[in-house]
Amino acid sequence: MNAVVPLSALLDARQVWRGRASEVPVGDQPTGWCALDAVLPAGGWPEASLSEILLPVDGVGELRLVLPTLARLTQGQRHVVIVSPPYAPCVAGWRQQGVDMRRVEFVDAGEKDVLWATEQCLRSGSCAAVLAWPHHADDRALRRLQVAAVTGQALAFVFRDRSHLSNASPAALRLELEAPPRPQIWVRKCRGGAVPAQAIPLPRSVH
Amino acid sequence: MLWACIYLPHLALDGILRRRPTEGPLVLVDGPINARTIVSANDAARTAGLHVGQRLSAAQALLSQFEAIPYDRESVDRWHRFLAAVAYRYSSEVSLLPHAIVLEVSKSMGLFGPWPRLESMLRTDFTDLGFRHRLAAAPTAHAAHVLTTVSDGQAVLSVDTLRNALQRVPIEKSRLPANVIAALPSMGIRTLGQVLVLPRDGLRRRFGAELLASLDRLTGDLPSGLALYRPPDTFDLRIELHHEVENQSALIFPVRRMVDDLAAYLASRDGGIQRFLLRLEHRDGRYTDVSVGLLASERDGAMLFEFARGRLEHVVLPEPVLALRLIARDLPAFVPAGRDLFDERPANALPIEQLRERLRARLGDGAVYRLGSTQDPRPERAQREATHDEVPVEPHPRPTWLLQRPIPLRGGDPIILAGPERLETGWWDGGEVCRDYYVIETSLGQEAWAFCAPDEQIGWMIHGWFA
Repeated sequence: MNAVVPLSALLDARQVWRGRASEVPVGDQPTGWCALDAVLPAGGWPEASLSEILLPVDGVGELRLVLPTLARLTQGQRHVVIVSPPYAPCVAGWRQQGVDMRRVEFVDAGEKDVLWATEQCLRSGSCAAVLAWPHHADDRALRRLQVAAVTGQALAFVFRDRSHLSNASPAALRLELEAPPRPQIWVRKCRGGAVPAQAIPLPRSVH
Repeated sequence: MLWACIYLPHLALDGILRRRPTEGPLVLVDGPINARTIVSANDAARTAGLHVGQRLSAAQALLSQFEAIPYDRESVDRWHRFLAAVAYRYSSEVSLLPHAIVLEVSKSMGLFGPWPRLESMLRTDFTDLGFRHRLAAAPTAHAAHVLTTVSDGQAVLSVDTLRNALQRVPIEKSRLPANVIAALPSMGIRTLGQVLVLPRDGLRRRFGAELLASLDRLTGDLPSGLALYRPPDTFDLRIELHHEVENQSALIFPVRRMVDDLAAYLASRDGGIQRFLLRLEHRDGRYTDVSVGLLASERDGAMLFEFARGRLEHVVLPEPVLALRLIARDLPAFVPAGRDLFDERPANALPIEQLRERLRARLGDGAVYRLGSTQDPRPERAQREATHDEVPVEPHPRPTWLLQRPIPLRGGDPIILAGPERLETGWWDGGEVCRDYYVIETSLGQEAWAFCAPDEQIGWMIHGWFA
């Protein structure tokens, strides 16, 4: 007990855990929603990774969540690919949100080809973000998408049913959307940080 | 001036062998049906004792089993022109001589490097395509042609040494007019060198001006006077398979060969291709067409092959295939895609155009599209594929998902959040609409874009979701 150990030696040896390591860096891929950016460890979407968005039903705000990001990317002359959306996108509505439709590619793929097309787009390295609605994606398929997103340095968004929440997922970020009347976002998993205990309200898009 | 000559001694045979490699004896025969003679024989046939000029009946007496294919003048011409197109990538002055291609290379050497380098490039190209050849270079086209008949790889780079090189060429290989070659040896003249020192007046009196002109063209005193080759504006290549093919996978190899030929042809004319047709020929003139279309003009062989294979894999062969034909009529200019020097994308990124082609090849032509706004206010017609008019952004609220067909609203009365916005238009084209659009919140709490008859607020139809 007499030996005096300098504090810096302990810190350098990484034997002491410091409550808060460093300030959260400003994210390179902000979501466009300040409340959400504040709780995510990367300050936004995890870069070059798969983000999984779990929905109770279609049309509860999933597009509202990602459209600011798509607007930012397309205005920066980057391409975005939408693979097999469940409904027809309304061009006027997307443009109102600031999306440059000249940079958005839509791909109609059959149920079997959705994952193939998504992986091709992610891997190509020419897309900034790829959105997909796969029906039958298991753990291995998602892992492939995650690897493809890393290879192609792209943001991958996968929209799935909420029932998949109980299954483990290789996605770097899992968000769960809660349906109205109280639309809010739960962060269910985020790589590199603690899962926030509170839900984040998702404001309405209009009015 | 420096002319390179590529002499193709086995043009007809190589044209056949490159698509049906065979180990056994094979000969080409020509002539009237009752007096067929061998015009070309492969190594195996020659080892067995067959030789050019032999009667087919004599050959059959010598060897019981060999393949005899009729000599097809048209296909030889086609190969000859195809190889001229390949040579065209090295020079704009290419001419056809019997069994040979000559090209003017003095200017090409500025781009491709000195003659030994250019020679090896030409050799690689022709060897890769499967054609045996002999090469020579000389200051005149005809001299280069004569030198290839004597030896392979001879290069005479200056006019001064040309006469020296021609000295020892035997008269029967000099490619002078046939009557001259027949007459001169009986006068004791056996080499070109001896002809060149003969008095010109005497030669003219005995053989006419034609011989003097040939000699002058040989030494460069007269211009060569050859018609220049011009590459055709369409590409049409046909390969006959040597047995019936019932499975697509057996077509992959010949298709690869054809697409490589196409790529070589495109590179030589610095062009690209946007659409080509693979015609699978069946019996009795029936055929299946496989159309390969690309969004932009391309010319990379590997890429064209990938797309062709993608299309071919989806084809169900109704009958066995006997022959393949690749037809390309539309050959637009090739504009390489520009890339930013400070591009943020990963170094090995696939350009977006290539990605779209790859997706289209597997998912279908209409599977990849962009959407744009139109001037029409009706939601059903307000957007169209690939239109990018500068339409101002709609001031009224619009949903993000649009339903292809409006559905009736179920459940309790909705809460009106915004509206009405009246759309009354289309009376001139039969698609008349007269609706009041509202933004509503359904009893389940979802935000929807719905319409009803003007001034009624009942009978709601949902047309979109604010997702």
